Amino acid sequence: MFQVRIHGRGGQGVVTASELLSVAAFDEGRHAQAFPTFGSERTGAPVVSFCRIDDKEIRSREPVSRPDAVIIQDPTLLHQVDLFGGLDTDGYILLNSERDFDELGLAEFIAGFRPERVRTMPATAIAREHLGWPMPNSVLLGGFAGLCKLVSLDAVTQALRDRFPGKLGDLNTAAATVACEFVRESLTAAPAAGAGGVHA
Amino acid sequence: MLEQLEGSQAVARTIGMCRPEVIAAYPISPQTHIVEKLSDMVRTGEIDPCEYLMVESEFGAMSACIGASAAGARSYTATASQGLLFMAEALYNASGLGLPIVMTLANRAIGAPINIWNDHSDSMSQRDSGWIQLFAETNQEACDLHIQAYRLAEQLSLPVMVCMDGFILTHAFEQVDLPTQEQVDSYLPSFEPQQILDPAEPMTIGAMVGPEAFTEVKYLMHAKQLQALDEIPLIAADFKETFGRDSGGLVRGYRTEDAETIVVALGSVLGTIEDVIDGLRDQGVKIGALAIKCFRPWPIDEVREALQRADRVVVIEKAFAVGAGGIVGQNVRLALSACEATVFDIVAGLGGRPITRKSLGALFDDIFEGRIEPNRLHFLDLKKDVVERELNRLDDGRSPGPHAENIIRDIGTVASDSH
Repeated sequence: MFQVRIHGRGGQGVVTASELLSVAAFDEGRHAQAFPTFGSERTGAPVVSFCRIDDKEIRSREPVSRPDAVIIQDPTLLHQVDLFGGLDTDGYILLNSERDFDELGLAEFIAGFRPERVRTMPATAIAREHLGWPMPNSVLLGGFAGLCKLVSLDAVTQALRDRFPGKLGDLNTAAATVACEFVRESLTAAPAAGAGGVHA
Repeated sequence: MLEQLEGSQAVARTIGMCRPEVIAAYPISPQTHIVEKLSDMVRTGEIDPCEYLMVESEFGAMSACIGASAAGARSYTATASQGLLFMAEALYNASGLGLPIVMTLANRAIGAPINIWNDHSDSMSQRDSGWIQLFAETNQEACDLHIQAYRLAEQLSLPVMVCMDGFILTHAFEQVDLPTQEQVDSYLPSFEPQQILDPAEPMTIGAMVGPEAFTEVKYLMHAKQLQALDEIPLIAADFKETFGRDSGGLVRGYRTEDAETIVVALGSVLGTIEDVIDGLRDQGVKIGALAIKCFRPWPIDEVREALQRADRVVVIEKAFAVGAGGIVGQNVRLALSACEATVFDIVAGLGGRPITRKSLGALFDDIFEGRIEPNRLHFLDLKKDVVERELNRLDDGRSPGPHAENIIRDIGTVASDSH
């Protein structure tokens, strides 16, 4: 079983992101379960969502406390929430920030991780450019498809098109594709760049 | 067709295929997505003919369903928590009048303190209201149970409540095999009311009944509920024939054949429990689970049959009777009155506290090692230090203020920290 935890703030599409990830995994023939934690249903409040993916039926419904991957949609949560709780050093981290882990003061923490599994990426900037508004969720999903082979970019974009028909789907697909390429290029150019992050 | 979708959407689309003629509902978390979707389906003509009534309250919702059902319309509503309490008077009218209304209950805690998260205190508060109560373990089963619920309700002329865990199921995305309209039509015949208000042939229902006949009317309600114990397995078997999968029924055993310990629970927590059981089985522990699918009527014979060979029965429930103990636990004891098994009453998952594999593993370990007293209510993952601090505050003698606010001040609240 592969477990993903997504952190962000109300209004950033954190819940939608885990739902879309589950749809992408389902479309690739896997079992998937996505669910949110609820309570702070206010714009700007910390929000968490979860996605489990497996090749067999998923029965457990407890929140994900030991994730294999953490996606962080808002870097300002770094000082508020225990974002990396339960994550082992062989886990994946995708963090939305224009700064790298060094600049975020995470160099020491990230040093123990496998460098090809951790990246920061300017998801909000990519969203602004390709969607026209600062919604980082579909960008990060595209980036995640590039970072981790859990789901393909095709499955992610198909899930985006199903959820957002028409022009909105086109825009989100473009943003996710750019994000995926961005991460892939950074992995090719500097596989070990994780500790230093990558710049746009 | 197999789809990956939110539980609420799956349930709403299934209800649509049941061809309801009147839907009356008032939105309340975590039921909202279901009735939003249904109102949309009525507006777009996806459910037709159907009237969607925007009512002013849950009391209005149930009252509208009562009127509609008495007039021969297949009726539906959904609610949760305080909304169910606001319906309480009308719930008893629906069951007392024998009207086959189907309701989804998106299980949520009851305040105060106000809490929107899942537990079973709402359904348990109305366990004696005369409604049949079915509990879904998954979103697939939630859908399937609604189809079976209409069949059961209309066959016996009784209202049926389908309980599904709020948020945990209603807001979870997982795969659901949605039936086709043809399948549902072939399984669920059109509504033939056993009593009908018709202006062409006027009659009244809901007469005042005095001491001369009240007991007899109530006896018939009880007899009809007991009849449901015979009908539910048949309806589930017929469902399997049409749809090709097991869903519903009265109880379901999991690895109980040679089990010395059997865990009893209702609803979506069974999945987590089964994962823990598989781990213990791998270590050679003879443990199994019994899912209660139908809590009202209480399937006493089936529960006894499933549990009577166990040494220990661990009842894990998401509600309790304040000042008395476990609710499901007491019903289980009734079933086991002539048996030797030791019964443990565990309250867990109150107000949305996650029931984790780790906590369940530690609980079973404590039970095996004799660290938990049987026949006494045990609160899983109770923060004893928090409780003690609050009790000490009371002992100070000064006006201690409200518990909820005191505790929140002590521990702080970070909603996103619940993992």
